[in-house]
Amino acid sequence: MKIIVCIKQVPDTKGGVKFNPDGTLDRGAMLAIMNPDDKAGLEAALRLKDQYGAEVTVLTMGLPKAADVLREAIAMGADKGILVTDRVLGGADTWATSTTIAGAIRNLEYDLIITGRQAIDGDTAQVGPQIAEHLGIPVISYAQAITVDGNKVTVQRQYDDRYHILEAQMPCLITALSELNEPRYMTPGGIFDACAAEITTWGRADLKDVDDSNLGLAGSPTKIAKASDKVRKGAGEKVVPDSPEDAVSYIVGKLQEKHVI
Amino acid sequence: MDFTLSKEHEMARQLFKDFAEKEVKPLAQEVDETEQFPRVTVDKMAKYGFLGIPVPKEFGGQGCDPLTYAMCVEELSKVCGTTGVIVSAHTSLCCDPIQTYGTPEQKEKYLIPLAKGEKLGAFGLTEPGAGTDAQGQQTKAVLDGDEWILNGSKCFITNGKEADVYVIFAVTGKIEKRGKMLKEISAFIVEKGTPGFTFGTKENKMGIRGSSTYELIFTDCRIPKENLLGQQGKGFNIAMHTLDGGRIGIAAQALGIAEGALETTINYVKERKQFGRSIGAFQNTQFQLADMATKVQAAQLLVYKAAMKKAEYAKNPKISYSVEAAMAKLYAAEVAMEVTTKCVQLHGGYGYIREYDVERMMRDAKITEIYEGTSEVQRMVISSDLLK
Repeated sequence: MKIIVCIKQVPDTKGGVKFNPDGTLDRGAMLAIMNPDDKAGLEAALRLKDQYGAEVTVLTMGLPKAADVLREAIAMGADKGILVTDRVLGGADTWATSTTIAGAIRNLEYDLIITGRQAIDGDTAQVGPQIAEHLGIPVISYAQAITVDGNKVTVQRQYDDRYHILEAQMPCLITALSELNEPRYMTPGGIFDACAAEITTWGRADLKDVDDSNLGLAGSPTKIAKASDKVRKGAGEKVVPDSPEDAVSYIVGKLQEKHVI
Repeated sequence: MDFTLSKEHEMARQLFKDFAEKEVKPLAQEVDETEQFPRVTVDKMAKYGFLGIPVPKEFGGQGCDPLTYAMCVEELSKVCGTTGVIVSAHTSLCCDPIQTYGTPEQKEKYLIPLAKGEKLGAFGLTEPGAGTDAQGQQTKAVLDGDEWILNGSKCFITNGKEADVYVIFAVTGKIEKRGKMLKEISAFIVEKGTPGFTFGTKENKMGIRGSSTYELIFTDCRIPKENLLGQQGKGFNIAMHTLDGGRIGIAAQALGIAEGALETTINYVKERKQFGRSIGAFQNTQFQLADMATKVQAAQLLVYKAAMKKAEYAKNPKISYSVEAAMAKLYAAEVAMEVTTKCVQLHGGYGYIREYDVERMMRDAKITEIYEGTSEVQRMVISSDLLK
């Protein structure tokens, strides 16, 4: 079985967020980690590898330093890493990103593609399903459990109050939730191997069946009107009512005052 | 000269740090209070290869360098001195001598499962009458046909009852050296469960309380002839050489304890308020923190230098790292004791309370000045090199 896992280097939430003048994230200036949902997707792929035997390729699109997350993935047990990087691909929204990644994947053989549900920076949950759409393969999103039987996958898809059990023929794409599993650690030897491993680097010219008009900032239909750092909320008002009844009437009064009810 | 860590080492440090924070720190206080050997953590470390970091891949290890190993012990010890010494004793004192002196069969049988973490290792040199003076050994080994018969006891053995494989030293005869009759000492590999090999009392210690410290007792304990480690009569050299490497592990442990105490204290002085301001705003606190950080940094440089010298030795066995290891252990251990004591002082009354990590760290630090060669022994090693 050949599995491709799409991973993204995202800003570390412990560090500060920085923006470019055009409103896009200044990724070069921020501490970075592997997106948590993607890491769960990678762990799911590595468990399938442990269980059934598989070749796991990790793929990312980003700045050259995004190779760091590929090395981390290899140190966890992935077999090879592909970095798609090119200045003309910068500033991509979900459409241009999924077009780019699908263009890269067309060069590869695969049975299963796993992506994270969504990245903690954009929070759109669009790229995974869009890649499947570009490639013309089935997609099952929000996976909380995955099993493989022959060329069929069975997935528990999480809903608010229940889960659905879906089956799909491979090749197909699954988007993973961080709740899917507890990702493994790297191993020290894996780190040394990963740092010595060759990362395949592809640029615009390596993308297959992709039109320039669908790439980079220019090919992104999404236009950012304004972006700003989160503004801290004030301390708020503290009230200690005498009884639960007083608390209810106070809250109802406030909601009426704000015309919420 | 470049002090920048390589990508590999930076990633490895991050790995050890994450593991220590998530898996080791939450248990540290309980492990100390209950004197429970942290088996769950040891099993997890085995799974991720932490028990064979510097052992070559062909022998089941991770194939990393001594610096990566030292960083592992350092990061573990930042949050739990017990966990740090478990890894150090296993790796430096049991895997290392078998890797260095073992026959291909011994490596196959013992080193591979040790490096994979399927088995845990220990080292038995110290006896009630033979601490710093290794010549005081009383444990004897006598060859009887195809077996060695061991009689005697070892004390203060780290990983004592929890280990599976033990490197044990015993007197195998007498030799004449410069007109004096000296004890001939040899090294052996002994497996847990061998008839005649039992455990004595468990030590109730001041610090590193979770690290199973036991007396080992050998009563007509028969082990196969082929379990002699290295040449007969070379035991003293094997012990001394093994301890050179062990000192890097203990130096890394001491360094980690000092760093852990300093980090904890930096957070504390920012929060603790007296006279209307944080105690970190007082110049006394600031100067003490500055002095401690400087000493910790110096200790780290010595530890890393010793580890890198050991890496050079791996390529060229003529290189000695004995003095570097002694300096690293001497300095890091004394810094650990000084820093943890000052950190308790900066915590005031709270620093004396078990709930606060610095109280445990101060107790854990003390042993680093004692085991695997006291600070006085390190001074002897260093000065004898200066005056040779």
